[in-house]
Amino acid sequence: MSSNLKDKAKTAANKAAAMGEDIDLAKFTRTAEPQQYETDPSRLDAATKNKMLEAGVILDDPRARTGTFIQIDNTPIHSSVKQDGVEVMPVSQAMQKYNWLGDYYWKAVAVDTDKFTASVELGQNDGYFIRTAPGTKTDFPVQACLYLSKANLAQNVHNIIIAEENSELHIITGCATSLGNEPGLHMGVSEFYIKKGAKVTFTMIHSWNPEFAVRPRTAAIIEDNGLFLSNYVLMKPVHTIQTNPVARCNGENATARFNSVLVATPGSNMDVGSRVYLNGKASRTEIISRAITTGGYITARGYIEGNAPDVKGHLECRGLLLENKGAIHAIPELKGTLPGIDLYHEAAVGKIAEEEVEYLMARGLTRDEATATIVRGFLRVDIEGLPPMLSEELQRAIKDSEKDLM
Amino acid sequence: MLEIKDLKVAIEGKEILHGVNLTIKSGETSVLFGPNGSGKTTLLMTIMGFPRYQVTGGAIIFRGQDITHTSLDERARLGIGISFQRPPVVRGVKTRDMVLAAMKDKSQPDAVNTLAGKSDLLDFLDRDINHGFSGGEIKRSELMQLLAQQPEMVLLDEPESGVDLENIALIGRLINELLQKGSPMHGRNAMGLIITHTGHILEYVNARNGYIMLDGLIGCMGDPREILTEIKNRGYEQCAQCTFRSAQHVF
Repeated sequence: MSSNLKDKAKTAANKAAAMGEDIDLAKFTRTAEPQQYETDPSRLDAATKNKMLEAGVILDDPRARTGTFIQIDNTPIHSSVKQDGVEVMPVSQAMQKYNWLGDYYWKAVAVDTDKFTASVELGQNDGYFIRTAPGTKTDFPVQACLYLSKANLAQNVHNIIIAEENSELHIITGCATSLGNEPGLHMGVSEFYIKKGAKVTFTMIHSWNPEFAVRPRTAAIIEDNGLFLSNYVLMKPVHTIQTNPVARCNGENATARFNSVLVATPGSNMDVGSRVYLNGKASRTEIISRAITTGGYITARGYIEGNAPDVKGHLECRGLLLENKGAIHAIPELKGTLPGIDLYHEAAVGKIAEEEVEYLMARGLTRDEATATIVRGFLRVDIEGLPPMLSEELQRAIKDSEKDLM
Repeated sequence: MLEIKDLKVAIEGKEILHGVNLTIKSGETSVLFGPNGSGKTTLLMTIMGFPRYQVTGGAIIFRGQDITHTSLDERARLGIGISFQRPPVVRGVKTRDMVLAAMKDKSQPDAVNTLAGKSDLLDFLDRDINHGFSGGEIKRSELMQLLAQQPEMVLLDEPESGVDLENIALIGRLINELLQKGSPMHGRNAMGLIITHTGHILEYVNARNGYIMLDGLIGCMGDPREILTEIKNRGYEQCAQCTFRSAQHVF
């Protein structure tokens, strides 16, 4: 099986992605010095911990975390878990432990999607495996950090997440780098399997640098009554990112929700979307994206396809231009293949309405205060289904980044 | 005291107010009648200081200070407040945020709940401001924000429009609190200028003076209820004739 995958990957090794600017992989190195395993990640140096904290990964006081996985460059340096019924380990370890993992490996994302999936299969720099046993509900989120410290490195990670029947799993993933202004490339494949009645919330915060290239490839398969809730926050500079995670709501009453908050500073080029296939009867989805540019370029995509009776989908792309430079290109798409489906979208791109600014100024706020309040409100996404603690953390991450924006 | 002297105002180059004179003393409430397009809202928006309304002549004096060219937010902080007739929806900005932003005394944020309670808007505090609000809810929300702001000069643009009969009494109570009607006249600072089409609000709020605005000029000062009866009986056309006679006067 593995050689088949490798052969298939090789056929796509030079295949450009369907979206986003092409990247010459030859410019990046694939090797990095192995990192030392750390049983107590609070002993990592303060600068590294701070960078990880910016991406929502708490190492000094992990009481509010069920488990932790950290990978620096190509080496998983820590994995631990505190709750029975929850597994957190490097995916290489999981492959050795479970023969059946092959049933999940490259089953949600096609290995020959493009040169980046091919690179992940051929490069094999580990990644995380997280699984909840049937009926287990995580007390606190599991946190995972994918970190890059070596300049010009291409990091290839493959993550597999399985929520068994009727389990509930909350994950917060922080992707960050210690590199100030040196280039790097992060390629991450994440495959989610959400079984009957299971619920997964996946909150991902990215904190890269202005020279960084990022190509995540994510897909989720959701069975009957399952829920996949994905929140993505990218408010720090990045050179280029292109991602278009896919959710397949294959089960009856399966639900997928995507929320994205994007801020593009000058020099940042973001092509971020979400794609949902409503294949199960009465399955539903909501895709909400908020995009702000202060000079960068954002393509905000959304695609919903209704292929089963009684499905519902709502897509909302809203973009705000704060400066007279940069651009936001919203591309909402809907496709229905049978009658009786209910899909709709809203998209709006523009500057802050003067009427709204004046409304707040009439209450005594200065123009700057009024603008800041409106921007803060724009970025506030009320996320249904996210536990209050995670919701607070997410809002805090957004608020911290707002300081750079104003 | 608010004094408006020979105020001329243009919107996008077109003169709308042609020399308005009006004085409102501390503690007094005045009512402004007039047909659609006569310039009533323009007058209120100009007093508040919205940039779209360009003052081309005359002056606005508030508590002895010439504020004719003072900015909108500065006027709000000086003590002028307005209830919007059709306020915008601001997505993501909660009603609670607006009340807190407006609050004059920021040392007691819990007062938001008290204000929401008396405005019957407790369930609206965590909703986006004005999003999906009915006409009556918008009016109550506007008054709640003004109660937080505690302005000395209260500008109300048709506070009863779109409000059902059940709610109009509540609107009246909120306005009376805003205008400190519970205090004796000599202890009151708050002044009010209320635009009304129907005059329903006069059943709940006492006003000392009434004015009619026609074609960008004010005329016919008098008892508001008498003016209302006159308008009902004879229409604005008859008032127009009166206006020609009274336009020479400075109120």
